[in-house]
Amino acid sequence: MKILMTGDEAIARGAYEAGVAFASAYPGTPSTEILENVSTYKEIVSEWAPNEKVALEAAAGASIGGARSLACMKHVGVNVAADPLFTFSYTGVRGGMVLISADEPGMHSSQNEQDNRWYAVSAKLPMLEPSDSQECIDMLRTAYDVSEEFDTPVLMRITTRIAHSKSIVSLSDRKNVPIKEYVKEVQKYVAVPAIASKRRRVVETRMGDLKDYSEKTPLNRIEQGGKIGVIASGMCYNYAKEVFGDSATYLKLGFSHPLPDNLLHEFYKLVDTVYIIEENDPYLQQWVERLGYKCVGKPTIPPYGEMTPDVLRKALGQQELNVVTYDDSLVVPRPPVLCAGCPHRGFFYELAKKKDTVIAGDIGCYSLGFAEPFNGMDYIVCMGAAFSSGHGTQQALVAAGKDTRVVGVMGDSTFFHMGINGLIEVLYNNSKTICVVLDNRTTGMTGHQEHPGTGHDIRREPTHEINIEATVKALGAKNVAVVDPNNIKEVRNALNDAYSKDEPYVIITRWPCVLKPMNEADYVEFGKDLFKNKYHVNEEACIGCKACIRAGCPANSMDAVKNKMVIDKLACVGCSVCSQICPKSAIVISEVDR
Amino acid sequence: MTKNILLVGVGGQGTILAAKILTLGLMEAGYDVKMSEIHGMSQRGGAVSSHVRYGEKVYSPVIEKGSADVLVSFEQMEALRWLEYMRPGSKAVVNSQVIKPTPVIIGKAEYSDKILDEICSKVDATVLDAQAEALAVGNSRVLNILLVGAAAKIMKLDGINWSDIIAKNVKSAFVDVNQKAFARGQELVTAV
Repeated sequence: MKILMTGDEAIARGAYEAGVAFASAYPGTPSTEILENVSTYKEIVSEWAPNEKVALEAAAGASIGGARSLACMKHVGVNVAADPLFTFSYTGVRGGMVLISADEPGMHSSQNEQDNRWYAVSAKLPMLEPSDSQECIDMLRTAYDVSEEFDTPVLMRITTRIAHSKSIVSLSDRKNVPIKEYVKEVQKYVAVPAIASKRRRVVETRMGDLKDYSEKTPLNRIEQGGKIGVIASGMCYNYAKEVFGDSATYLKLGFSHPLPDNLLHEFYKLVDTVYIIEENDPYLQQWVERLGYKCVGKPTIPPYGEMTPDVLRKALGQQELNVVTYDDSLVVPRPPVLCAGCPHRGFFYELAKKKDTVIAGDIGCYSLGFAEPFNGMDYIVCMGAAFSSGHGTQQALVAAGKDTRVVGVMGDSTFFHMGINGLIEVLYNNSKTICVVLDNRTTGMTGHQEHPGTGHDIRREPTHEINIEATVKALGAKNVAVVDPNNIKEVRNALNDAYSKDEPYVIITRWPCVLKPMNEADYVEFGKDLFKNKYHVNEEACIGCKACIRAGCPANSMDAVKNKMVIDKLACVGCSVCSQICPKSAIVISEVDR
Repeated sequence: MTKNILLVGVGGQGTILAAKILTLGLMEAGYDVKMSEIHGMSQRGGAVSSHVRYGEKVYSPVIEKGSADVLVSFEQMEALRWLEYMRPGSKAVVNSQVIKPTPVIIGKAEYSDKILDEICSKVDATVLDAQAEALAVGNSRVLNILLVGAAAKIMKLDGINWSDIIAKNVKSAFVDVNQKAFARGQELVTAV
């Protein structure tokens, strides 16, 4: 049967077909949908982990326990998981284990553009790079065989355009892979220096064996054409095909660490000029040049961004396609915004009014608080850094004799990811950093995944719920305020109370994301009428002062002719924040529209 | 020869389902098909695009500037934003709906009333009120399938059982209204 699948769906399918029994991940664009799709196969134990390190550790443990296992994460997640990754490389596997790294050339939804192919080099792992969805399935099956044959975790590196592009695939049946008998093997799995130093030598031998494999595997192949040569892996192979056509000779590298030196020598005998098409770093280029060959690569090929065919044509000085020209001054940027009814709006509206304040942000929908109209963020470091980085800034400001306050802001999923460590830092070192958890009862930005605080697992089945307020208090926080972020007076009072104290203070806002799939508990806690109200503007009372517009709600705008605010009643979900801001009480609930 | 259909709009308008229906139809017709979209941060009311490419053998899933055979825009300013992706001489279908971006809402920029004029002076565009047309067949939300119908007509994608594909991919209560919307979209444009 032929069907269309994204790369993420295909990797999930590949895991199913390869007989994977355990899979774990933390959501992160563009990798999120892999585990969401894995969880649709009942044969695979599928779990959200609180963070990528835990996901990888759980997958490593499942492998040691004899099961084929999978861990998936976005590129920056591998930084979080790097510690177990490097050690697991030494111990090797029992059941096959694959780590998917979803990189983001072009940074569509990421804070950096790191090239995770280097992790294969530094952690000494075999690496595969599929070019389309069919290869995602086929290569994952191969990856598990490689993992078990060579006793190593395997890195599969994809990019956004692999993860989120659809292409046609053919499906196969699931391979029956029994979970291997557990055997205690201290000399292999206990990573103490005496044992690990012996394993270090094993790893070196393994890399030699994998190099031989790389020379022979059909995943690395020469497609013979003319005298122009192109070397590429992953999605760049497809981009190159568009630009150089079928007349060039290609060295397609599906197994891209260790790299096949002999195959490269053979390739260079066939061609005159060689182009290396790769996104991000000159990984392949450095290999080619180390072996003494000349090539056209970076910096002719740009070192950042996606190497789509139009980018390549321009970089290579080829004829670019004709385009329609138009008056682009008429086009206004359309940045992402907090949705109508977003529970972060009321909080940021109040926080942004605070003077002499540094706001340490974090990764999530609330990152958008940095932008107009709030301008409510001074910096974002990485996932879970709001409290810890905020703490450092607060300590520096105190040391400098300043009264400036620091407010760290992060979401609920981020709190469980790494943020809780930052709160421990604040409490243990007793700084007056104000720590805010914006609990919207879901992992919002990546598309509403459950997490340890929601009480539901990846399949939305009820599970143990870790309560943030109880957790914070158990850590010893004395000042804890739980507020409804749609009640701006409540938010203001909590912030004022926090500013009045020179000790750790935790504010938890608690209201669900308007887009999340609601469950019974949500309706019990937040009411049956959740998001069912509509507001409208009483035009006689509205004085056109635009105060409400400063809440930045996409449902609200000014009618320029009447100079009155107007609410899009299709978009309004009745959060009431704008009505609380209005100095003339002109924004009122519309009973008729309910 | 690979053909390119570019669907653009604002997060939440239904471009993803529209692209899905298109790609399934094209696969059924025997084409090699690739589709690419960017989601994540941009879906929060930001500009979104779905690239659909089909032919005998498709490599890149991404449409290059200057190569879209049809531009289907769910919002008027988005059509202008993506105009340079059109192959000169190709057609555009533009929903005249206005969705104000944040800079306009907060008064830092203006939403020009000359956008449709600019589009029509530069390319062969069919401008329609897709929301009103969709409402006329039963539900303003089906404007996405209405626009798919228009794109399929322009690209002469006949001989594909679109009704069947719609029936299999939308909730049963909405099959009929989506099929009507598709047919209405076909009526509103002429083929290339």
